[in-house]
Amino acid sequence: MMATPNDPIVLAREGLLAPAGIAENDLERLFTQLASTGVDQADIYFQSSRRESWSLEGGLVKEGSYSIARGAGLRAVSGEKTGFAYSDELAMPSLEEAARAARAIARRGQSGRVRVAPGTAVPALYPTDDPLGSLDDTAKIELLQRVEAEARARDPRVAEVMASLAAAHDLILVVDQDGRLAADVRPMVRLYVQVIAKDGDRHEQGSSGGGGRHGYAWFLEQDRALGFAREAVRQALVNLEAEEAPAGQMTVVLGPGWPGVLLHEAIGHGLEGDFNRKATSAFSGRIGERVAAPGCTVVDDATLPGRRGSLNIDDEGTPGQRTPLIEDGILAGYMQDRMNARLMGTVSTGNGRRESYAHLPMPRMTNTYMLPGPYDPGEIIASVERGLYAVNFGGGQVDITSGKFVFSASEAYLIEGGRVTRPVKGATLIGNGPDVLTRVSMVGNDLALDQGVGVCGKDGQSVPVGVGQPTLRVDGLTVGGTEA
Amino acid sequence: METMPQRIDELKQRVEDLLAEARRQGADAAEAGVGLDAGLAVTVRLGEVETVEHTRDQGLGITVYIGGRKGSASTSDLSPQALRDTAGKACAIARHMQPDPCNGLPDPERLARVIPDLDLHHPWGIDAEGAIEIARACEQAGRDLDPRIVNSEGASLNTNAGVKVCGNSAGFLAGYPSTRHGLSCALVGRQGGEMQRDYWWTSARAPEDLEAPEAVGMHAAERAVNRLGARKLDTRECPVLFQADVATSLMRAFAGAISGGNLYRQASFLLDRLGKDLFPRFVRIHEDPLRLRGAASAPFDAEGVATLPKDFVSEGVLVSYALDTYAACRLHLETTGNAGGVRNLVMEPTGEDREALLRRLDTGLLVTEMMGQGANLVTGDYSRGASGFWVEGGVIQYPVQEITIAGNLREMFAGLRAVGTDLDRRGGMHTGSWLIERMMVAGE
Repeated sequence: MMATPNDPIVLAREGLLAPAGIAENDLERLFTQLASTGVDQADIYFQSSRRESWSLEGGLVKEGSYSIARGAGLRAVSGEKTGFAYSDELAMPSLEEAARAARAIARRGQSGRVRVAPGTAVPALYPTDDPLGSLDDTAKIELLQRVEAEARARDPRVAEVMASLAAAHDLILVVDQDGRLAADVRPMVRLYVQVIAKDGDRHEQGSSGGGGRHGYAWFLEQDRALGFAREAVRQALVNLEAEEAPAGQMTVVLGPGWPGVLLHEAIGHGLEGDFNRKATSAFSGRIGERVAAPGCTVVDDATLPGRRGSLNIDDEGTPGQRTPLIEDGILAGYMQDRMNARLMGTVSTGNGRRESYAHLPMPRMTNTYMLPGPYDPGEIIASVERGLYAVNFGGGQVDITSGKFVFSASEAYLIEGGRVTRPVKGATLIGNGPDVLTRVSMVGNDLALDQGVGVCGKDGQSVPVGVGQPTLRVDGLTVGGTEA
Repeated sequence: METMPQRIDELKQRVEDLLAEARRQGADAAEAGVGLDAGLAVTVRLGEVETVEHTRDQGLGITVYIGGRKGSASTSDLSPQALRDTAGKACAIARHMQPDPCNGLPDPERLARVIPDLDLHHPWGIDAEGAIEIARACEQAGRDLDPRIVNSEGASLNTNAGVKVCGNSAGFLAGYPSTRHGLSCALVGRQGGEMQRDYWWTSARAPEDLEAPEAVGMHAAERAVNRLGARKLDTRECPVLFQADVATSLMRAFAGAISGGNLYRQASFLLDRLGKDLFPRFVRIHEDPLRLRGAASAPFDAEGVATLPKDFVSEGVLVSYALDTYAACRLHLETTGNAGGVRNLVMEPTGEDREALLRRLDTGLLVTEMMGQGANLVTGDYSRGASGFWVEGGVIQYPVQEITIAGNLREMFAGLRAVGTDLDRRGGMHTGSWLIERMMVAGE
């Protein structure tokens, strides 16, 4: 294969190995030390990461920061045992020390020599260009000022506008067990707007934002940046009118897009390979069983171009994939990294992810969403006599073992007599993962993905993710309001 | 790890170099910090080693001020070249920023002059083998407690030692070493088709202050089996007792609502509440940042201002916000030495132990775990997932799950009836259990 200037392997060699004076035979020597006999799996993960953020508050762009981090994580796995060490210094003595520390997990022996060579190239889902340099600094500041002006111009009740613009550029190189090299260059941008609206003594907030694996120009296209400002104001104003939310079990209609956090919490985490290998998930051993109503099909899909959760390769060098989780209501599969796949006798689904070189990889979601169904969203709302219509959410959480999960609505309305009537305050919704999707009685035809601000936390590690779904009618979720 | 204190002088030199470099590149003023940390973490699951992780982190950060404009930069690279680049990047950012008259270093009078020894540095010197043995003993004690404990997420031991040095261009330069050690265990109980997981953890500055490994494992096991047989509740209003380890999250909500950043952004429900009644008269909430071996203790705050014990709530009245120099300027107040947050926030107990609190609860909900982020600090509206126990006549009846509790923090604070003597001091929020008069519980 021809090496092009944008080939990630070439960029990674130039950006990570060359400045540190690490040659191919150094990598081979490191591997020889790391992958001794008794080691079933080993890898080295090199990473260089540059980040910036700019923020506006009180009418001024007055906070800006820049950070740079680079290092390498070395892992040796023997059976179910993992040894791990990392180094902030890309220099052979530190890397060799880390290799010795990581491989101490598997005691003795010598391995055969590993030959390092590039693996198969994968199609690119995002550009390799540096997003930090995709707009000049003055234009970034102007963009934030325009966002603020747009928000303030919408309504005199807008009391505060906070906006932030951030970008990250990650260069990674993975050397796996077989000496295969895989590399990725990952851009990420994010714009976030929060508005406080004030009416008399009452303060309420609204927020919106978006991003993905693009350059900053993405915010200027299709009026996106100002659209986020208008959306944040709209939500804050809706919340100024919101009444007490209802309490108790009721029919809930979830809007399209970000409410897909339901899928992430209710079933996504429970289908990660590590919990299922350990049989601590409420979904353990249930492949082939019905866990959702007919018509519900859910996938985890790293292959969507430019999405926040998308990956050309995962952090173990496996190409990003589209993995069916639920097919027409039947549990179809788990999300795997290499170690859990090996121990469960299957193959990685490209879900091995890590926050950075200083963290161990584990099975994580990418973009998780439900495919569309037959119903018009208006038809779904009209079918509900009394219920809640929840269209925007904050975060969620799940107890993998009991299956209980929560997600918190930040914009919701009552449905009365088949019509959306009054806005109600935000409330937490709670349900049981293994049966909540069996209560889905209508699936909308309006699949939408979120705007690209999701962060998923697991075992103290944060990674960017996406979610999505069409409008869904769920018959029976507990709504945690204050009105009986 | 034992060499951390010896590195303070070297790191002080880096901070001075960094500050000098910032001045050379045009900064009027600057503040900088450097930190190092090294640690070991092991996990044992079902008696077998699962992970052995060796951690080493280093980083430096600088904030510069140029004509009221501010810029920040950080790196994990401590080389002289990286120092120059980082100072340069911070200055370049500052030049693009809009000036803010509140930007700048703290009043020199407020900087810590004497750095008290808070007894925070107690290296363990344990190796992977030793750590594995302790984690194994912890998990085994839990697994042996009850035949319904059928699975485990493992027991983990971690030990970390670090050093932090901060300085600014007004002459402040200080550093101190600290350690933290922890042990945690998560176990799974089964009864019929139902599985429940729970965990327990201990954390301390000195290894001898940790709970015994066996006690941690047994406590985790006991918590997991106690959840078996959980039911839902019907939707109802009732009094709620927040067990100490979950009451810490109510303390965090309070700390968030009094933090300067949320106040000047008008994003706190405690805006304009200084000097007003917030809790009943018996309530005192104070900060104890100089507590020896305290989980969140520090001799100075993130900008070098001396930390001091003080009250935030006295006789139920909100008497102080938690401010750094910038927030204080925005609010026309003085810094309270809280750059970087509150350190050891203490809720004074009212004298009742857990049994007495259960009797006083009489009939209501004992909350032992909460889920989700449903605390809205702008409005005080509160709605979270919960699990725990239904209590009648002061006696636990059965475990409950898949319910929510909801209210408004302002009303919850005013409705606080008692604070237990069962203090949880493992983290930065020190409190016993909270008995709250009334909340909405949603279930079936």
